Amino acid sequence: MKAFLGIALGAALLTATAIAAVDHGRDAILAAFAVEAKKADPSFTGFSAQRGQAFFAANHTGGKPDTPSCTTCHTRDPTQEGQTRAGKQIAPMAVSATPDRFTDPEKVAKWFARNCNSVLGRDCTAVEKGDFITFLASR
Amino acid sequence: MSRYCYLLLLVACFPLDSRPAFAEEGIVVPAIDNPATLKECGACHFAFPPQMLPARSWKKLMVNLKSHFGEDASLPEATRADITAYMVSHAADAPTTENGQWFLRGLPDNATPLRITEMPFWRRGHEEVPRSYFTNPQVKTASNCMACHQNNGEGTGGDED
Repeated sequence: MKAFLGIALGAALLTATAIAAVDHGRDAILAAFAVEAKKADPSFTGFSAQRGQAFFAANHTGGKPDTPSCTTCHTRDPTQEGQTRAGKQIAPMAVSATPDRFTDPEKVAKWFARNCNSVLGRDCTAVEKGDFITFLASR
Repeated sequence: MSRYCYLLLLVACFPLDSRPAFAEEGIVVPAIDNPATLKECGACHFAFPPQMLPARSWKKLMVNLKSHFGEDASLPEATRADITAYMVSHAADAPTTENGQWFLRGLPDNATPLRITEMPFWRRGHEEVPRSYFTNPQVKTASNCMACHQNNGEGTGGDED
């Protein structure tokens, strides 16, 4: 019984540590965007999940005609799977459904670079990126 | 209804041999063995076998990833070069590609298609497939090979298809 408890406790600790590491990775990415945002606008006070939600749902102009919105591929409900235009499944964007979302800086940089250009026809600002992640981390 | 149930129903109602013609003729398409190709191409769509287009098509496609069928699919230069080299060296007309001529049959020398669905071999193989199969929301597009040709998604498995 003691051995079992020990194993269970160990497993729980490991899981907690893994979750903490993942959260830490996302926090570091958000912190870097916050530094960038503050540099661009000294009156920046923090990211907003609400702004992120509006950005996610909005129809943007200036991008490529087939991809006017984040929701084109990710659907309006970020806890659900999305689908690429070529028909491939995309794991949910919401962190509650895909816990390692926004924890790999290279992956985050690659997809913001591509998708901001596809959807908005420009790079996203640090505030837009931080709001986006903050929104999806709250889902 | 899940995608798979739906497809099962589809197949049940409209029996369709999902084995590609090349498999019926004993032509094997080797699995892609380049990690960058599987990862990067496979992120958005089935990683299409290099054998299905000539080298000139892959070269043309891979220099314009910024505008890739309506999306920005840019890659870091080293990754782009790695994938291009793999696709070109395994293209239909690459010297070491087995059965490459089968995929080139009917393609004029001066044509550089960017879509496999523009290749004469593809058209021959799908001429009896109703258009509604491709526009079905579960399939979405003719480039969603896996909707009908089930395999592991990492290159077609020849006879097993």
